[in-house]
Amino acid sequence: MAEETPWQQALRHANRANPYPFYAELRKTPVARQPDGTYVVSTYREIVQLLHDNRVSSDPRNLPVPVAAPAEGSAESGAEPITEAVISLEPNIITCDPPEHDRDRRMMTPHFFGPPHAPHLIADLEPEIRRIVDGLLDNMKGKTRIDAVDDFAYPLPVTVICKVLGVPLEDEPRFHGWIETALDALDFGPEAGSEQMVSRLEGARQAVKDFEQFAAELLDRYAKQPGPGMLSAMVNEDGAEGRMSKGVLASNALLLIFAGHETTVNLIAHSVLTLLRHPDALEKLRRRPELIVPGVEELLRFESSVQFWHTRSALEDIEIAGTTIPKGAPIFLAYGSANRDPQRFANPDELDLERPDNEHLGFSQGIHYCFGAPLARLEVQVAVGEFIRRVQNPRLVVDPPPYRHNQIFRGPRHVLVDIDGIRD
Amino acid sequence: MTVAATLAELVRDFRANGRIVIVGASLAGLRGAEALRAEGFTGPLTIIGDEPYEPYDRPPLSKQVLKGWVPADHTALPRLRALDAQWRLGVAATGLDRATKHVLLADGEQVPYDRLLIATGTRARPWPNPDEAALEGVYTLRSRDDAAGLQRALAARPSRVLVIGAGFIGSEAASVCRDLDIPVTVAERGSAPLVGALGGVIGEIAAQMQRDHGVDLRCGVGVSSLEGDAGGHVRRAHLSDGTTVAADVVLASLGSIRNVEWLEGSGLAAGFWGVGCDAGGRAFDINGVATDSVYVAGDVARAPHVLYEYQFLAMEHWDNAVLGAQAAAHNMVNLEPHYRPNLLLPGFWSGQFGVNIKSVGVPPFGDEIVFTQGSVKDRRFAAAYGRRGRIVAAVTFNHGRWLEYYGRLIQESAPFPPPPPGWDRPDDMKPMPADFPEPGVPTAVPDVVLTGHDPNERRAEFRPRR
Repeated sequence: MAEETPWQQALRHANRANPYPFYAELRKTPVARQPDGTYVVSTYREIVQLLHDNRVSSDPRNLPVPVAAPAEGSAESGAEPITEAVISLEPNIITCDPPEHDRDRRMMTPHFFGPPHAPHLIADLEPEIRRIVDGLLDNMKGKTRIDAVDDFAYPLPVTVICKVLGVPLEDEPRFHGWIETALDALDFGPEAGSEQMVSRLEGARQAVKDFEQFAAELLDRYAKQPGPGMLSAMVNEDGAEGRMSKGVLASNALLLIFAGHETTVNLIAHSVLTLLRHPDALEKLRRRPELIVPGVEELLRFESSVQFWHTRSALEDIEIAGTTIPKGAPIFLAYGSANRDPQRFANPDELDLERPDNEHLGFSQGIHYCFGAPLARLEVQVAVGEFIRRVQNPRLVVDPPPYRHNQIFRGPRHVLVDIDGIRD
Repeated sequence: MTVAATLAELVRDFRANGRIVIVGASLAGLRGAEALRAEGFTGPLTIIGDEPYEPYDRPPLSKQVLKGWVPADHTALPRLRALDAQWRLGVAATGLDRATKHVLLADGEQVPYDRLLIATGTRARPWPNPDEAALEGVYTLRSRDDAAGLQRALAARPSRVLVIGAGFIGSEAASVCRDLDIPVTVAERGSAPLVGALGGVIGEIAAQMQRDHGVDLRCGVGVSSLEGDAGGHVRRAHLSDGTTVAADVVLASLGSIRNVEWLEGSGLAAGFWGVGCDAGGRAFDINGVATDSVYVAGDVARAPHVLYEYQFLAMEHWDNAVLGAQAAAHNMVNLEPHYRPNLLLPGFWSGQFGVNIKSVGVPPFGDEIVFTQGSVKDRRFAAAYGRRGRIVAAVTFNHGRWLEYYGRLIQESAPFPPPPPGWDRPDDMKPMPADFPEPGVPTAVPDVVLTGHDPNERRAEFRPRR
């Protein structure tokens, strides 16, 4: 059996807590062809170049193997991991190219943070975010041990995204379950073909279907009876360019619920974990709270919420870093590696809350730059800032903590912290 | 002591005790001063500006300020660090004595320097007839006061605005008028708006945009004279085609004049074209020799650019002011092997008629153009400019996110036409002439003559035509 490539090793679950040494190895070949024909790009310069290259498609329908969901019951074990990984939905803004992408994103933006509808929407959420964070910290009073994921990182983004989108919070346990099931089944590494993963995939397909139906029903309800939030607005209001079709709208709703759910949770959890591992940085942030803004950027660089993205492919032969990515080849852009690229960041494995010129790829770049970035930034700044201010003498109990299975949305499953108390 | 150690000592001493003067208190002057401090310069720093205001940002003046969204005095530039500088605002520099190293001020004072940064920028070219220019209701648009005055005039809802010149400032102002539902006539001597900056092909699109928004656009005509009423308020303009436009607000947007008059007699290569300097911001003297104590940055600087056959380019762009000033500041407090060039790929943006126009590279350097992405009909496209089979510039309309891609192609001297995009291809991808006007014959260019017989004693001399 051939030796595993650095990329394959980085993707093994056993290495989830620390994939960085494998990334370092990977960067020796900035554009590395994998045994399955995927081209993994791991260096900052090259990733940025491809993010701004209009010969790179984000539409999974351009991937070499047809990715329509296999018929019910056909297990398809041993199929190409990419095929298995991409679950068929109508295109949403992250899985389509211009001009459709541009139009759909333009239709969504005014309802989220753009003028004329919602220029202050995100800024105005700050008091509410503070209330939620305060409530979560108040709940820890009297405890000596907390789970920074379940007790803190998870509830905030979920509550906020439900409010912004207009998703009933009481439905949260249902879609939380679907998301967990789907994510746990997504594997891009050598373990993808294992029996365990193949069996998970069946459940994942069903979960996505249920989730899709949930979104469609919610949108139907809003079509009949408009309500609060972005989804209702998108169903009911025509912009200059009309309205999205029902299917596309449902797919984008799914994306927003999902993306607003997972990435911020992992970022808050990773921020707490990282700061507890770097007491000097924690102390600095306690003394100089204004550093929370550049500090969160550094935490985003240090532990990217999205480690790589997997739906891109080459529409032409693309020559880059001495390699030609052939037309049709899948391209994985490894943001987590780019953010530790010593060619771009001095001492990348050091946490520097005041790092100058920190143009990290934690939110990607180019036309698919994270739609929710302004909201995520605000949530994490408030959450991490208040955690540091109010939690007394926090200490990590288990290090490294257990990690979720998924590689893209890498994050700790639990972060147990012993504490002395909660300040007011 | 070794030579290296001596040099290092000199640099250290200069950074601690040298006297640096910056003339020009706008974007380049401010960022240059900040960069000097960031580079470790702790000596006395003087910043001279002829306007009474702290440095302010100009791009909003022709957009948000005119529209009345932002008051003109709310455009101060953010300070990026503490400067500890002596500010001499509201007093113009009137002369430069390089022999004794003094900047002469309008109030008679002389400010000594060891190193000087010239960042005096440009001013608006006024309406050429002074009597007509003095009529009430006639404006130019460059400074904060200009913008405040024009904004008040627009807020008073004039019956018609006449914009003379359809470059970026004129087009943006016309766009604001339409947003405010004020009737506007634009008179442009060229064949289309923006034609000098972007060529005739793009100019046609810009013309259509103006007409679609109800601008009374007249191309190929000049304004011969302005006429006022008994009260001295402008009322109408006579055009070169014999027609008359009734307007009670006139904006003369005729381009800019470089603020170099104060350098007359200084022996620097300064004139109509700006102040010549090398890519590191070191000013040339009139003989074309680099000085080692005078530096230039911003709109007034004119430096050779490696990507454009070393042509001397004056870039009146926001980021050129910042990066040029930073490069000059670095070189002012370092020695030769550590000099840094300002090799910025020029770029600018403009907002008008609901369209965000962005450009990278030097479009007029190209002679061909090809539409590479999107749709002209939807006013959402990218186009690349080429010269002799090489891409030299690109422009986007509502498509700015792709500018970086084209910027990289330009930097790499990639072939023209560039590789086709994978998606969003326009219907027609055939290159065509970009249709720039012939380079005009500049008027009133001062003359430089050579004097002396012995080739080694020859010197240039500045003899302006009076």
